[in-house]
Amino acid sequence: MFDIAIIASNALLSLALVLAFWRLYLGPTLPDRVVALELIASLTIGFIAVYVISSGRTPFIDVAMVLALTAFLAAVGFARYLEKGGHRDDD
Amino acid sequence: MIEFFTGLLLVVGAAFMVVAALGLVRMPDLPMRLHATTKAGVLGAGLMMVGVAVYFGDGGVTTRAVAVIGFLLLTAPVAAHAIGRAGYFVGVPLWEHTKTDELKGRYDEENHTLASPPEMQDAKQDDDAPRS
Repeated sequence: MFDIAIIASNALLSLALVLAFWRLYLGPTLPDRVVALELIASLTIGFIAVYVISSGRTPFIDVAMVLALTAFLAAVGFARYLEKGGHRDDD
Repeated sequence: MIEFFTGLLLVVGAAFMVVAALGLVRMPDLPMRLHATTKAGVLGAGLMMVGVAVYFGDGGVTTRAVAVIGFLLLTAPVAAHAIGRAGYFVGVPLWEHTKTDELKGRYDEENHTLASPPEMQDAKQDDDAPRS
């Protein structure tokens, strides 16, 4: 039963990752892609949670913590760059 | 019992992640996509970290899982606000059926500040009146 839950959550996260990459590919503007990248960072935190539980390697939680903070820094940096005059359209 | 709750939290968290990704793909414009991904994404990741804390039931692991959830809850709204603000100012088009755009005409392209336009400052008292 527990193995099924692990597999099911991995499958759901993979589906969400595919959908997020689809939005990353479609765009249509740079801020949309930044939103997709931020969701991908959250999804990676979810994958790390599943991996920690299925393998028992607890130090990986620190990786999730660092990932949450770097994703925040990346998003804020992108927003600053856009606001201070980056591309207006990214075609 | 612990395995049951852990599995439940993991699957429910992953399902919320799928909802967030579906919203990201299906929603028509940038603010709606932010609305879908920020809330559902943080809830999904938070539930999965709660699952980790429940499964190990150990002080160190629980503290780190709570720290991850705290960082997510602190940073996600700030990042979403920054991206939404930048997107609006860069001129990302809103959905064609958008009813009201409260910021319209209040943003100065030159010096990147928000202010009421002159004609609206005189009419400030009328703000409480219902809009036609």
